[in-house]
Amino acid sequence: MAVVALICLVSLFAPLLAPYAEAQVVGGSFEPWSATFWLGTDSIGRDMLSRMLYGGRNTLAVTLSATVLACILGCTLGLVTALAGGLTDLLTARLVDVIMALPQLILALLALTVFGTSTASLIAIIAVLDATRYYRIVRASAGNIVALDFIEAARLRGEGYVWIASSEVLPNIAGPLLAEVGARFSFIFLFVSSLSFLGLGIQPPLADWGGMARDSAALLAFGDITPLVPAGAIALLSISMNFIVDWLIDAQTGASS
Amino acid sequence: MVSALPVLLAVTDLSIAANADGRMDPILQGIDLSLNTGEVLGIIGESGAGKSTLGLALMGYLARNCVVTAGSVAFEGTDLFKLAESRRRDLRGVRIAYVAQSAAASFNPCRRLIDQHIEAAVQHGLLEPQKARDEAAAIYGELGLPAELALRFPHQVSGGQLQRAMIAMAMSCRPDVIIFDEPTTALDVTTQIGVLSALRQVIRNHRLSGVYISHDLALVAQMSDRIVVLRHGRVVETADTATMLQAPKDDYTKSLWAVRALAKPQRTDTGLAPELLSIEALDAHYGAFQVLHNINFSLTKGQAMAIVGESGSGKSSLARALIGILSPTNGRVRFEGTVLPSSYKGRSADQLRRIQFIYQMADTALNPRHSVKTTIERPLKLFFKLPSAMREERIRSLMAAVELDERLLHRKTKSLSGGQKQRVAIARALAAEPSLLICDEVTSALDQIVAEEVLKLLLRLQSEMLLSILFITHDLSAAKAVSDRIMVMQKGKIVEVGEAQQVLTSPTETYTRELIASIPQLRVGWLDEKISAARAKRQAI
Repeated sequence: MAVVALICLVSLFAPLLAPYAEAQVVGGSFEPWSATFWLGTDSIGRDMLSRMLYGGRNTLAVTLSATVLACILGCTLGLVTALAGGLTDLLTARLVDVIMALPQLILALLALTVFGTSTASLIAIIAVLDATRYYRIVRASAGNIVALDFIEAARLRGEGYVWIASSEVLPNIAGPLLAEVGARFSFIFLFVSSLSFLGLGIQPPLADWGGMARDSAALLAFGDITPLVPAGAIALLSISMNFIVDWLIDAQTGASS
Repeated sequence: MVSALPVLLAVTDLSIAANADGRMDPILQGIDLSLNTGEVLGIIGESGAGKSTLGLALMGYLARNCVVTAGSVAFEGTDLFKLAESRRRDLRGVRIAYVAQSAAASFNPCRRLIDQHIEAAVQHGLLEPQKARDEAAAIYGELGLPAELALRFPHQVSGGQLQRAMIAMAMSCRPDVIIFDEPTTALDVTTQIGVLSALRQVIRNHRLSGVYISHDLALVAQMSDRIVVLRHGRVVETADTATMLQAPKDDYTKSLWAVRALAKPQRTDTGLAPELLSIEALDAHYGAFQVLHNINFSLTKGQAMAIVGESGSGKSSLARALIGILSPTNGRVRFEGTVLPSSYKGRSADQLRRIQFIYQMADTALNPRHSVKTTIERPLKLFFKLPSAMREERIRSLMAAVELDERLLHRKTKSLSGGQKQRVAIARALAAEPSLLICDEVTSALDQIVAEEVLKLLLRLQSEMLLSILFITHDLSAAKAVSDRIMVMQKGKIVEVGEAQQVLTSPTETYTRELIASIPQLRVGWLDEKISAARAKRQAI
């Protein structure tokens, strides 16, 4: 929890904390750790520490927007199909099955090649792919709720879809959904980092941890641990996120029992 | 006389507590009772009174989260809770048997009845398999079951037969004591009486001792020699059945007795009121199965009609057709002069508002995440564009009308008791200012006393607000309590319709007579009369 909060804070205030600008070339390539460049410099002489700070900011921003977008997309689709039922429900479910049957990374690579690697298309593609997971969980839990009498009562009152979905169903599935958001957040974070590592994620000159790890990976062979810093940051954040999710789930099951 | 008999089971100062999140909740406190050889002891109480925990404790069994905090249960002088688990297991099923409420849940669905029947006797080494099978056939005969029924699987026999098979199974080791935990609660009244008669005769023929647990006073009165009244885990009163019925001492016991006396005052002016609802030649199907056959009836303004029938009679399907969830395949529903669209989707907001439906299970009929206020406020917002101050006022008056404490206003509905939930559901229905209220088994999930209060509430609201009510129930005494007219249904058809008094006192149809005769009455010897009447009839044929 503290780790996540710290990383978020540091990322948020990156422009204030960073000693140099994000894409500013300040020294020679691959300078070692020193008082001027705490974590050394990268392949074209940009300060690693500054890029770490900005990188966290960029990765988290993409992750967060993709998570929120995916959640909204998946929830809406799940709720609407659960309430509508019939053919709409069936077709959506099968379509989602098809998307989920294909490996996410390969699908994302394909889509990124087609639509280009801008930050906007990156967020959109990840959101669409990830929305399928939200759809599944929302459709399943909402399916149990819509069968209950109070939904029928709401329909008999002549309530519209929007009210039934947002006020009658959503509060009853908020628990599992919240835990899912946390879990998906760390998945997307890893996913964005993997894409960047492959050179298809956040594009230079914007910094990001995945890209930085790849950029300096060769240094490992010379006994320099600099590439482990961005890699370690990725690991640290996803592990801490998972702890938070566990804690969320425990809090929930504890409250419901 | 009682003291001369040897005591078989003696419970002394028994206290049992359940572990709830580290906190110990007392379930039973200082229970004292005894069961003599050849005697049937009745235990009655509301749900949550601790009846079932006591029933299981009599076999030396506790639910996993329960502990005995004081006292003892002695069977022929040995404390069951001091015995080793293996010794206790030897007693259970062999000397002390148990008959549970739901036979369907107690049988293994994948094995034939006979295999399950003889299992205990063979396992305990009491009988050879063949001998056990012969005995099973004999017991089945006594309980009025054909012997070949034992070869079937549990799902291939009816609910009443399964309950008898379970009683037969409890008898398989020739136990000294059988504990019956609500053995007929899940059955229809006409089925129940058959099971009760069989049970009564078996107990008599084998001079069994038994403990009969139920929330239904009339049943306990038929089955037992002595009655223990349990409330909040304590014994309220113990007495011989006859004494208990004629002169109950405790106030709580008296209130239990008074519940059954409720009856609606007769109304004479109903014929003059304008017609509100008329059903014309209604048919409905679930797939290829026809659930409603040519239903015709009408209801005038301010009239309360009970629709009575056993499970599967089509009474709930009729209600669903009226509210537009189940589209009829033929016929029309005319409401306040206009024909209603068959699906609720086609109905106007005003048409939806004027017919309100109250569900059997208030638990699922209210959104657990909504507060009482949100729940009652919603129809007000939807149907009437009131300013918020007037809406507040209206919510308060509705809560007062259903006798709900105003302090509950901001509570989530999931934290309310069953009776409170049903009141909120009624308040929500009333908020729409309906002209017709359809109540589907609204009291069957509630305890006797709570159900009584809800019935009284409906009665009062009906006369004050000139509501028309369709009261769907399987319980004829509830029907008697609230309705001007009664309609009896069977297998999707109307059997009989008429003034409540007339249907109850001089029914014209055989099925109605059978239904009325099956309601257990609160007097000693009622069941015995039924048994001898049935025997006389059989001999006459």
